[in-house]
Amino acid sequence: MNPVIESAGLRKEFGSKAAVDDLTLTVGRGEVFGFLGPNGAGKTTSMKMLLGLVTPTAGAGRVLGAPLGDVKARAKMGFLPEHFRFQDWLSGREFLRFHGRLYGLAGGALTSRIDQLLKRVDLLDAADRPLRGYSKGMLQRIGLAQALLNRPDLVFLDEPTSGLDPLGRFLVRDIIIELREQGASVFVNSHLLSEVEVTCDRVAFVKRGRVVREMALAEQAGELSVELKLGSVDAPLLAGLAQFGRDVRQVDGLVRLTAPGEATLPDMARWLVAQGVSIYRLAADHKSLEALFLEVMGEDERPG
Amino acid sequence: MMGILTMAHLTLHEVKGRKVALAALILGAAFLVVFGAGFYFVHREMTGGNPGLTPARAQLSAQQNVGLSFLVMAGLYAVNFLMVMMAVLMPVDTLAGDIRSGVIQTLVTKPLRRASIVLGKWLAFWVVLALYLVMMAGGVMLIARVITGYDVPNAPAGLALMLLEGTLLMTLSILGGTRLSTLANGVMVFGLYGLAFIGGWLEQLGALLGNMTTRNIGVIASLIVPSEAMWQLASHSMQPALIREVSITPFSVVSVPSAGMVVWALVYTLGTLLLALRQFGKRDL
Repeated sequence: MNPVIESAGLRKEFGSKAAVDDLTLTVGRGEVFGFLGPNGAGKTTSMKMLLGLVTPTAGAGRVLGAPLGDVKARAKMGFLPEHFRFQDWLSGREFLRFHGRLYGLAGGALTSRIDQLLKRVDLLDAADRPLRGYSKGMLQRIGLAQALLNRPDLVFLDEPTSGLDPLGRFLVRDIIIELREQGASVFVNSHLLSEVEVTCDRVAFVKRGRVVREMALAEQAGELSVELKLGSVDAPLLAGLAQFGRDVRQVDGLVRLTAPGEATLPDMARWLVAQGVSIYRLAADHKSLEALFLEVMGEDERPG
Repeated sequence: MMGILTMAHLTLHEVKGRKVALAALILGAAFLVVFGAGFYFVHREMTGGNPGLTPARAQLSAQQNVGLSFLVMAGLYAVNFLMVMMAVLMPVDTLAGDIRSGVIQTLVTKPLRRASIVLGKWLAFWVVLALYLVMMAGGVMLIARVITGYDVPNAPAGLALMLLEGTLLMTLSILGGTRLSTLANGVMVFGLYGLAFIGGWLEQLGALLGNMTTRNIGVIASLIVPSEAMWQLASHSMQPALIREVSITPFSVVSVPSAGMVVWALVYTLGTLLLALRQFGKRDL
């Protein structure tokens, strides 16, 4: 499988501050890739380097097989910026027509593509009104349509749901899923984790300009976060629990650990009983992306 | 090439959509109406209250010619100033504003070179500027011709020089927008215009007084920004030979900028445009 995005050691400094320290990642064809991190972690700058909007200070990368900033490769790329602002004197339809022409599209093919997209993002009735009268959600939807005009192989979405109400979010989610079904790849910047969880195949957590963890979401689906309330706890007991999972720790009188799957739970309970320990509670939950996010970011991360 | 034309089309759409074209058209028409009315009554006064004496038949006296030339040059001088304003203000926000608002981001990520975006905008503004100049200067000349039969000498050459002046300032305004905020850009370009303006007057004054130092300071200012020199050359070429000789009006040009200055203005404009393409091409957006 040839990757749609490969980058090695991409770095961007603004003045003396490094916005992105070392971006090294690979996104496969047909993959929906979530790029997660708090505000200010360097997500947007990373995306801009991949798009050729920002020149890296160091490092290299290839997108759709071409070096960063390649003009031709952009014909198969789509992009919805985070702070979407468009030519607000244009109507929705005119806006899509101009951007379609910038993609090199024209004629009847463009017209029918515009109608198709207007319908898809539910803006047919507003299509002939100027953009200055659009709500934030409508602007984001027309922006999304703009990013899909050329039937891209790779779509970059920077916080695509941040301005949207729940219905708008469902629409974005469905479009991402459709893109995957059509074989397109999607690179999504987000801090809205629950949505990412539903749509992404793989995620990378970025912290202070560095990818700190990269994982396939299917990988972690089996893992359970286990919480125990026990009669007595001592160090040998904690050491013994380590055979059932990792990250064993004692928090607020509770014992927590990460178990590889449900099958371990009965074994763990039997072992504890055999040790003569009273069990007041044994709870296991699938770890949410949110919990994982907090775990990866660590306690020292402050709101950005 | 398609990219440039699409960008030019989009920019023309913006000029229309943002009511720039409408404002220029309405106020331009108002200017011409006022000029025409004033011109008509002054001319009637000059011909002794007998405007029926249309010069299509009557020969204009030399004295009348001086008076008419003065009036027409006053009109063209005002048009020149308005055109300078248009040249600087129209594109002052086009790149700076699009960069600031983020509009530029969905343009630059399309499969076209960044240079095409700048060239498309440049082309569109140049077309609007040229149309504006032809409407305004052409209007002034037409009014003079219809009312008095006075023909401005060398009108095409004069208009071309004025357009070169406007193009130069417009290109500077586009260059500024690749780096500066809208406000800083406006301040910079009008500052440069002011430099050229005072340089032009110093050159004339120096020549008139025979003070070479003053004149040279003026010439140097004109080399830094050769826009005013183009107006002076235009003004010189659009006055009858008689007035040129005696240099008795504020529009008379004592120290006539050389053909070399025209070449320099062309090179300067081209260089400014290339610099704008380069600056915009490499900046982070």
